[in-house]
Amino acid sequence: MTPSEEPKAVHASAPMVRAEQVCKSFGALNVLKGVSLEVERGQVLVLVGPSGSGKSTFLRCINHLEQVSAGRLYVDEELVGYRERGGKLHELPPKEAARQRRDVGMVFQHFNLFPHRTALENIVEAPLHVKGVKRAAAVGRARDLLEQVGLSSKADAYPAQLSGGQQQRVAIARALAMEPKLMLFDEPTSALDPELVGDVLAVMKKLAQQGMTMIVVTHEMGFAREVADQLVFMDGGVVVERGAPREVMADPKHERTKAFLSKVM
Amino acid sequence: MTKAESAADPHGPAAIHAVPLRHPWRWVGAVAIIIVAGLFLYGAATNPAYGWDTYLKYLLDVRVAEAAWNTVQLTVYAMAIGLVLGVVLAVMRLSPNPVFRAVAWGYLWIFRGTPVYVQLVFWGLFPSIYQNIQIGVPFGPSLFHIQLQGLSLAFEMAFIGLGLNEAAYMAEIIRAGIISVPEGQTEASVALGMSWWMTMRRTVLPQAMRVIVPPTGNELISMLKTTSLVTAVPYTLELYTRTRDISAVIFQPIPLLLVAATWYLVITSVLMVGQFYLERYFSRGASRKLTAKQLQALALAQMGDHGGVPA
Repeated sequence: MTPSEEPKAVHASAPMVRAEQVCKSFGALNVLKGVSLEVERGQVLVLVGPSGSGKSTFLRCINHLEQVSAGRLYVDEELVGYRERGGKLHELPPKEAARQRRDVGMVFQHFNLFPHRTALENIVEAPLHVKGVKRAAAVGRARDLLEQVGLSSKADAYPAQLSGGQQQRVAIARALAMEPKLMLFDEPTSALDPELVGDVLAVMKKLAQQGMTMIVVTHEMGFAREVADQLVFMDGGVVVERGAPREVMADPKHERTKAFLSKVM
Repeated sequence: MTKAESAADPHGPAAIHAVPLRHPWRWVGAVAIIIVAGLFLYGAATNPAYGWDTYLKYLLDVRVAEAAWNTVQLTVYAMAIGLVLGVVLAVMRLSPNPVFRAVAWGYLWIFRGTPVYVQLVFWGLFPSIYQNIQIGVPFGPSLFHIQLQGLSLAFEMAFIGLGLNEAAYMAEIIRAGIISVPEGQTEASVALGMSWWMTMRRTVLPQAMRVIVPPTGNELISMLKTTSLVTAVPYTLELYTRTRDISAVIFQPIPLLLVAATWYLVITSVLMVGQFYLERYFSRGASRKLTAKQLQALALAQMGDHGGVPA
C-alpha cells in the first residue's frame, strides 16, 4: 500500500473531497445543476435540503454509484469515475472504479445488510474477499468494531433478528472495516423509530471525534449543530447556502433556507 | 390503586382449564376416507390383473435396477447441463450487452417453443446431419476431427437433448431468483468495492437461491420423469422403456408399469429429502426466529445468570 500513499502525502493539506460544478442528469432530468463544495480532512459536512433536492444523488456521485455528467469531482485529489489522458476523459474500467470505492465507506438509509450473513460475517465480508485480509485478523478487527458500536453480544445474530438501530450500527461497522478515508451517510436515521435514532447518532458522533472525514445527509438538525463543521443547504440541484451550522441555523440568508429550517426545527 | 389490583393473587391468575371444542365431523370424514381407501386396497390386492406376484418378481430385477440407474444418470447429467447453461443464459438476459440479451432470448424462444420430444428426435438425428465434426481454421488446416456417425451416441444425445431443453426453463427460474434480490444489496456490495462477479457470487446468488431452489426441485423431479421420452432418440435402456420392453415379452403390462412407478416414486422421495436440506441451508437469516444453536447459547447464558444468584 505504501508506494501509492507516497504521492498523497504531498496533498496532506488538500481537501478530502472537492466538487467543481458537478452536474448529474438522468435523461432529460437534471438532478444536480453545478454543485461546488469542499470537505477538508477530518471535517464533518452535513447536507440538508428538501427531498428531491439532489443531496442523495450528490452523495452517490462521490462513491461513483452514479456517474457525474459534467464538472469534476475529486476524492483525495483523485478524479472520481474518470481518468484524464491527453486532454480527454476516459471512463474508468470496473476494476479501477471498485478500487476507488474501496476507500469510501457508505451507509444507506435502509441499512442494506446482507440478510444471509450474521452481523460478524457482514463485517468481515469485504475485508476478507475484497482486500484479502487474513481471516483471524479480519475477525479480530470486526469484534473490535462491534464493541465500538455497542453490539458485542450480537456478533452471531442475523440482521432480521436485530432492531433497525442495531442493523444500522452493524452497517456502520461494516463500512469502517474497510478502513475508509471518507464516510458517506445517506439519511442513516430516517428509517428508524425515534427512540433508536440516538444510538446511531452517538456512534456517528464518536466517529467524528476520532477525526473521520464525513459527509452526512440527514434531517437531524441537533446532530448538525453539535457535530458538523459545515452545513450545506441544497435545493433544486444547487447549493443554496452554506456555513457554520450555528450561523446558518440562527440566521439563514435565503428565503428557501428559512422556509426549510422552519419545517425541520 | 384499584380494588381489583390490590386483591390480585401474588402468583398471577390461575391457568385456564376450559372444555375443548369437539369436532365430530372430522371423525366422520376420517372414517369415510379410511373405508373407501380400504375397499380400494382390498380390490387392488385381490384383482388378478395387477399381477402382484409378477410385480414382486420384477421389482428388484437386475435389468430394472440397471435401467433405474441409467434414468438417475440421465437426470443428473441433464440437470447439470440445464443448471450451468441456465445460469449463463439468465446472466446473459440480465446483461447490459445487447448481443448477449438477444442470443439468450433467441435460445429461450426456440427451446421453450418446441416440444422436448421433437427436440429429442432431432438430437437422435444429429449424427446423421453432422457426420463429421472438424475444429480448425475456416478454409484452413484442421486441428481436430471426429466422425460422429460411426459412434453410438444415444445415451449422450439423450442427456444433452434433455439438458439443452432444461436450460431454457432453468434460465427463467434463475432470472426470477436474481431479480428478487433487492437493488440495495448490489449497491451495498459495490460500495464495499466488490466487482460485478463477486457481487453476483457472494451477495446476489446466495440470496436468489431461496427463490430458485423450490421450482428447481420441481424441475428435477419433472426431469426424472421426462427421461422416459428419450426413447425418441432412441435410447431404450432407461426405466420406463426397459420395463415396457420386458412386459412386451411376458405379455403382462400392468405389473411392470407398477414396477416402474415404484422406482420413480422411490427416487423422487430421495430427491425430496435433498431438497428439504437445501432449502433449510439457503434460508439462513430469512426468519427472525432464533436457530437451535442460538437458542442453546441463550439458554446457557440464562442458566449462568441463575447460577450466580444465591438460592
